[in-house]
Amino acid sequence: MKGHLLYPARDFDITAELPAGHEDLIQDLELATVLHAMSAGDKFLLDVCTRVMLAGLTDPAVIRYRQEILADCVAEPEIIREMYSIATAALLDRRKLWGFGISQHPTSILAAAIRQLEVLIVRLRELRQLADKHADTFRSAGLTALFRGLQLELDDDYFETLSRHLKQLRFGDGELISAELDRDTSSINFMLRLGPARRGWKERVGIEPRSSYSFTIPPRDEAGANALADMADRGINQVASAAAQSADHVTSYFTMLTVELGFYVSCLNLRDRLAAAGQTVAFPEPTPADSGELSCVDLRDTSLGLRIDHVVGNDVNADGQAIVIITGANSGGKSTFLRSVGLAQLMMQCGMYVTAGSYRASVRHGIFTHFIREEDPDMVSGRLDEELGRLSQIVDRIGPRCLVLFNESFAATNEREGSEIARQVVRALLEANVMVLFVTHQFDFADRFRRQAVAGQAGNSALFLRAGRQPDGRRDFKLQVADPLPTSYGEDIYLRIGGWL
Amino acid sequence: MVLASLLSPAGAADAGGARAEDASGTQPEDTAVLADLRLDQVIDAVVANGAEPELLTGLLVRRVRDTDTLRYRQEVFRDLEEPALLAGARRFADLMRQVRTQLDQLDRMNSVHQRQGWFLDAAASYCEAVRSLTSELTECHAGSRGLLAFRDYLTRYSASAAFRRLAEDAADRQKDLAGIRYLVRIKGPRVEVSRYQDELDYSAELEKTFERFQQGAVKDYRVSYRVWPGMNHVAAQITALVARLYPDQFSALVEFCGHHADFVDPQVRQFERELQFYLAYLAYIQRVQSAGLGFCYPELAEDSKDVFAADTFDLALAAKLVAGGKPVVTNEFRLSGAERIFVVSGPNQGGKTTFARTFGQLHHLAGLGCPVPGSAARLYLPDQIFTHFEREEDGANLTGKLEDDLRRIQRILLSATSDSIIVMNEVFTSTTVSDACFLGAKVLEKVIELDLLCVYVTFIDELASLSETVVSMASTIVPDNPAQRTYKVIRRPADGLAYALAIADKHHVTYEQLRRRIRT
Repeated sequence: MKGHLLYPARDFDITAELPAGHEDLIQDLELATVLHAMSAGDKFLLDVCTRVMLAGLTDPAVIRYRQEILADCVAEPEIIREMYSIATAALLDRRKLWGFGISQHPTSILAAAIRQLEVLIVRLRELRQLADKHADTFRSAGLTALFRGLQLELDDDYFETLSRHLKQLRFGDGELISAELDRDTSSINFMLRLGPARRGWKERVGIEPRSSYSFTIPPRDEAGANALADMADRGINQVASAAAQSADHVTSYFTMLTVELGFYVSCLNLRDRLAAAGQTVAFPEPTPADSGELSCVDLRDTSLGLRIDHVVGNDVNADGQAIVIITGANSGGKSTFLRSVGLAQLMMQCGMYVTAGSYRASVRHGIFTHFIREEDPDMVSGRLDEELGRLSQIVDRIGPRCLVLFNESFAATNEREGSEIARQVVRALLEANVMVLFVTHQFDFADRFRRQAVAGQAGNSALFLRAGRQPDGRRDFKLQVADPLPTSYGEDIYLRIGGWL
Repeated sequence: MVLASLLSPAGAADAGGARAEDASGTQPEDTAVLADLRLDQVIDAVVANGAEPELLTGLLVRRVRDTDTLRYRQEVFRDLEEPALLAGARRFADLMRQVRTQLDQLDRMNSVHQRQGWFLDAAASYCEAVRSLTSELTECHAGSRGLLAFRDYLTRYSASAAFRRLAEDAADRQKDLAGIRYLVRIKGPRVEVSRYQDELDYSAELEKTFERFQQGAVKDYRVSYRVWPGMNHVAAQITALVARLYPDQFSALVEFCGHHADFVDPQVRQFERELQFYLAYLAYIQRVQSAGLGFCYPELAEDSKDVFAADTFDLALAAKLVAGGKPVVTNEFRLSGAERIFVVSGPNQGGKTTFARTFGQLHHLAGLGCPVPGSAARLYLPDQIFTHFEREEDGANLTGKLEDDLRRIQRILLSATSDSIIVMNEVFTSTTVSDACFLGAKVLEKVIELDLLCVYVTFIDELASLSETVVSMASTIVPDNPAQRTYKVIRRPADGLAYALAIADKHHVTYEQLRRRIRT
């Protein structure tokens, strides 16, 4: 029995390693704010949505598969939350019981397994009832199949079989065990058998050789009694393990449900939080990786929208552009825009809605961030060393159809050297068909690409955005299509915060 | 009786004592020398890989100066480079070890059935060991005198009537016992043992019912029971009843034990003991080899002191680094013509001590007949190896330490002959520079006079140009990061030239490098 709510015909691998470098991505995009809103303080959900988000999809069809399920969830949030709570309750019930993981006695392993199966089966019945009640509610392929599967696999006959097993596992009449001889003639390969040992009439009247001998442990032979108990333990070893594994199977089924439903419950949580903050959302339109598209209307930084009111959205059309270079005023919304694109792209590629009027973009085979870091402002050479080391790690993993967001990278050295490094890096990336968004103050670097674009050089279709400012010098955080200017606006900020020198 | 030997063309003195290890009459190497060269670590680790600790330790601390014996051993090592043959030899050794363990355990067993079963099992393992190694040695084209002698002996032995009878009997008895299956019903204190009649396996049925929920692999909750000789009386009673249910099989077993009481052949046992030397050393270097480091069979310099080694390294250090997943730096040394002495100077952390140890280690290992670290080497067979490494004990007063140093060096210089090797590390650090320079020059002059092979690690640059028999070697550092150990020691003093690597180049992120690195 499968959930298949995250992929049409595949499980989500919750144990997969997080992609290398995910810490940078989380930090640079301020993803933690979004993940916390999704998980609403629940550690398990935090883990689930972190993993689902970082394991982005590259197939637009699978993205739409999730979008449809999520649309169903948004339409009937109560049913989804109820199903999720049945699954979590099953796991909680089980956790309250003694486990069998550490026991060295098959007898106690078996007893624990029986107790676990008893509580788990109660929750299985609840699932079945929920499925009976809401079988026809949903439209998405994923949820329809899940509910139908529950009704089919957990029918009444099956529940009867389960009860019979629970009864048999308590063996009223002693254990019957088959055995073989080990290399030293001691008994091994114990296997619990069903059915009484039969003796034919010929043997009973002494015509055939005896097929059975017996002995009895004397009452005071404690060591003998222990040895016998040990042998009985060995005899039920296999069955106890099978029972414990059965309990594990059912548990793993509920665990799988909490993972797959957990992601959608998290999406509902975030949606509630965004709605409360007055943020509207829309399902994005994923297009194939090779289409080279990236366009948005009123795209807002999801993370920022959770923290402050009045977040400004941007309208950008970068379809067919190899690189977008963003220049202009400090505190002009450059980093925010970069983050909004990164987040939207991540959210789109895990099947979520985005905070925008509309968002249409190619799926990317990897999303990378290279942001300037504040630490060690004095150690200039150490900082460049660190930045380039970080870049090198990205290079190890990057390939065609990926997206890199650079934020004031290579500014840790003088402008000429920084520009040169940036130029070499970006040139190599563009030639490898990697899309680049680059926020920079380095006029030399930005202007070089402008001149190349004007000259129509191959692979250099570039879009230039500039953080705007009002005639009064105040910023409106909206980006305009505009060529880079030789200066930034540090002076403005300096004046605004008081010009204290 | 003289048995053939894998260790020496002269053969082993006797079956039990195995005197082959000191047939050449050499003394064991001084433990302080072994410790200075970190060979104690190597020896401990090698011994831990083998089944005969005393024999191995005895062999590993004694260098042999007889080139014929050394070539004899090198030939065996070469043969064992063939993976199939090595695997066969390991399997043989494992089985023989198991046979011995089992025979040792018989005395501790109370149940007669158990003793007999265990004896049978040991005999069967022995037959398998002999047979599989015989066919392995016949199929693989062994060329060494040692393994050829072993092969010829095994071929004759395994075709003998006695061995064939043993093998056939053992197989028959095992087949008998393996066919027995029975039922035990436990109800309270009563145990009933009966013949098995095809009853249903309950766990299979249970598994089938729940498998639909399975999401992935689950843990195996079967408790693992230790199999150890020493049956309790209940188990013994059950086996005794099984023996009554199946009397024919058990009486044949009794007959087997009587007929084949002493089945291990002394010569086979001798070979097996000596094989441990090769297997244990190869197992030790295998981990180092897996990190891409090479070993070679050194040419033995009998008539000149031209020695060299290419791509060599400190074996003890390499074993540690490889275990920690760290890279190992290789070095090269070469002395030719009148050259006798390496004076190693240069920055600390640069691998001077490692270089000195490597030189000493290689000469010891070559004197054992073992493959040595490196891609190619030519090494000398010294009469003695002396080491003088800084001792850390008693940080008392400098004069005391200096005096102690001088006395130790004096002893070395008085005992050394022109056939010896001396490895000295950071001598006279406990005195002033001018003192150290003066004393160092004195010591070196004496070393030069002795015309022996020497590595002299010092912080005094001047000593490097004392004579044309002295070759100057220098450690190196990474200009970017002086704290980083390079372990690279090169001929000539360091010229102090910075590499001036661009940081981008260091991280491999220049345009050209990126073009190569980014996958397309």
